[in-house]
Amino acid sequence: MKVLVPVKRVVDYNVKVRVKADNSGVELANVKMSMNPFDEIAVEEAVRLKEAGTATEVVVVSIGPKQAQETIRTGLAMGGDRGILVEYDAETEPLAVAKLLKAIAAEENPDLVVLGKQAIDDDCSQTGQMLAQLLGWSQGTFASKVTPGDGTVDVTREIDGGLETIQLKMPAVVTADLRLNEPRYASLPNIMKAKKKEIAMKTPADYGVDMTPRLSTERVEEPPERQAGVMVESVSDLVAALKEKGAL
Amino acid sequence: MAVLVIAENTNDELKDATLSAVTAAQAFGGDVHVLVAGSGCAPVADQAAKIAGVAKVLLADDPAYDHGLAEALSALVISLADGYDQLVTPAGTMGKNFMPRVAAALDVAQVSEAVEIVDANTFKRPIYAGNAIATVKSSDAKKVVTIRPTSFDKAPGEGGSAAVEPVAKVDAPALSSFISQELNESDRPDLSSADVIISGGRALGSAENFEIIERLADKLGAAVGASRAAVDAGFVPNDYQVGQTGKIVAPKLYIAVGISGAIQHLAGMKDSKIIVAINKDEEAPIFQVADYGLVADLFEAVPELEKQIG
Repeated sequence: MKVLVPVKRVVDYNVKVRVKADNSGVELANVKMSMNPFDEIAVEEAVRLKEAGTATEVVVVSIGPKQAQETIRTGLAMGGDRGILVEYDAETEPLAVAKLLKAIAAEENPDLVVLGKQAIDDDCSQTGQMLAQLLGWSQGTFASKVTPGDGTVDVTREIDGGLETIQLKMPAVVTADLRLNEPRYASLPNIMKAKKKEIAMKTPADYGVDMTPRLSTERVEEPPERQAGVMVESVSDLVAALKEKGAL
Repeated sequence: MAVLVIAENTNDELKDATLSAVTAAQAFGGDVHVLVAGSGCAPVADQAAKIAGVAKVLLADDPAYDHGLAEALSALVISLADGYDQLVTPAGTMGKNFMPRVAAALDVAQVSEAVEIVDANTFKRPIYAGNAIATVKSSDAKKVVTIRPTSFDKAPGEGGSAAVEPVAKVDAPALSSFISQELNESDRPDLSSADVIISGGRALGSAENFEIIERLADKLGAAVGASRAAVDAGFVPNDYQVGQTGKIVAPKLYIAVGISGAIQHLAGMKDSKIIVAINKDEEAPIFQVADYGLVADLFEAVPELEKQIG
């Protein structure tokens, strides 16, 4: 079984993002970038499938600037076999990314595509579902457990109110939720080994995909600030204050 | 032309988030139609027909739609899309699951989790876990939008008298099948639509200790939430989690107990009308967003609060 893992290079999740003074976007200059945390979980799941003998090859794909090679290398150091980078410098939209991934899937013929449930920059949560639709495949989103069977895969999904388990016919798209696994740290020898692994360099034109955005960002602003209120001395004071506000 | 709202529902209940989606849909100006899909879900369609401002309800009642599987549901919505300029659904786990498939099939960009509809082409939506709000303009002819329910008022659930029109099942290849569901049974209100929420954090220390939160919640008729730390520690189930990677809530009253206020938790609750924080650590960041802060041992303050509310 072959597994394709699309990964996105995003602002590191520990960075407190700042809106640019001209409201054109958020400050990305000199900001630490990392692999989208949900994609890291997806890589980990694919590598575990390989270690369990279920998967035979794990291909890590990214669409982004030249530096996204580092993001792919991270995936290769975790245990991915080879990489593909579709070089594109501007911001990407899920629809165009899904079209590129569809074209790559047509070449690579994976049995499973595993990716994060959303990227922590644009928070869209669309790419996996769009890819599944474009390929005519089944999907298991927000996965907290993935159990491959014979030509099928059982996916336990985190839904409002609890959990749901569904069975997908393969090939299928699975999107990883937070609790699917805990990604490993790559060891130094594996980081060294990853440097020798192959990354194929491509462009959107190679796949004939039009990247023109459909949404233009008119303005980006800080969310309304919340002011700190008052400190109360005791539970009685708190109850009195809430009653006065009509909250109790 | 009209706007199609895809209802969030079980087979016997219309979710409140649908009411918010109806309000959002009205911003486009056309007639609002509501699609109810499920199996044996006719009573839900009747409920939807009563929503004020709804002109027509489409009922797709078929075993194929029993568990809202994305492949079947998206095929149904795609088949109806021709008659609509805008397709709107709440950004719950159901909408997030099927809606992008609809957008891809129609070759349009989806606007995810809109918090404001500025005009028919322009939307505000949170990015970077709500640390920034982007205003985006869509150049697509058809709009596919998921909305954040807490950002829109609920349309009145009574007052409408729309006609219910059945729609036939759309054939779609059976790519996935339902196996099982484990829902957390509780008589408490749903976290995403509750007026009052009491959330507990790591400071509770154990699942047993969480009972003091639950007792207070039951006294107030509140929903129970938790920080990611409390969920990760196994005190409560996953779907209690309030925050960037959990539920986004905006109740009238949010009481955070023993929660320090990590940025990812704040992202999930800072739109609440009144925030109360009870924490032993006076330096806890939660106090910076709280309307009322109480520095106290939660094991004394919470039972006392329960008593005084009495």
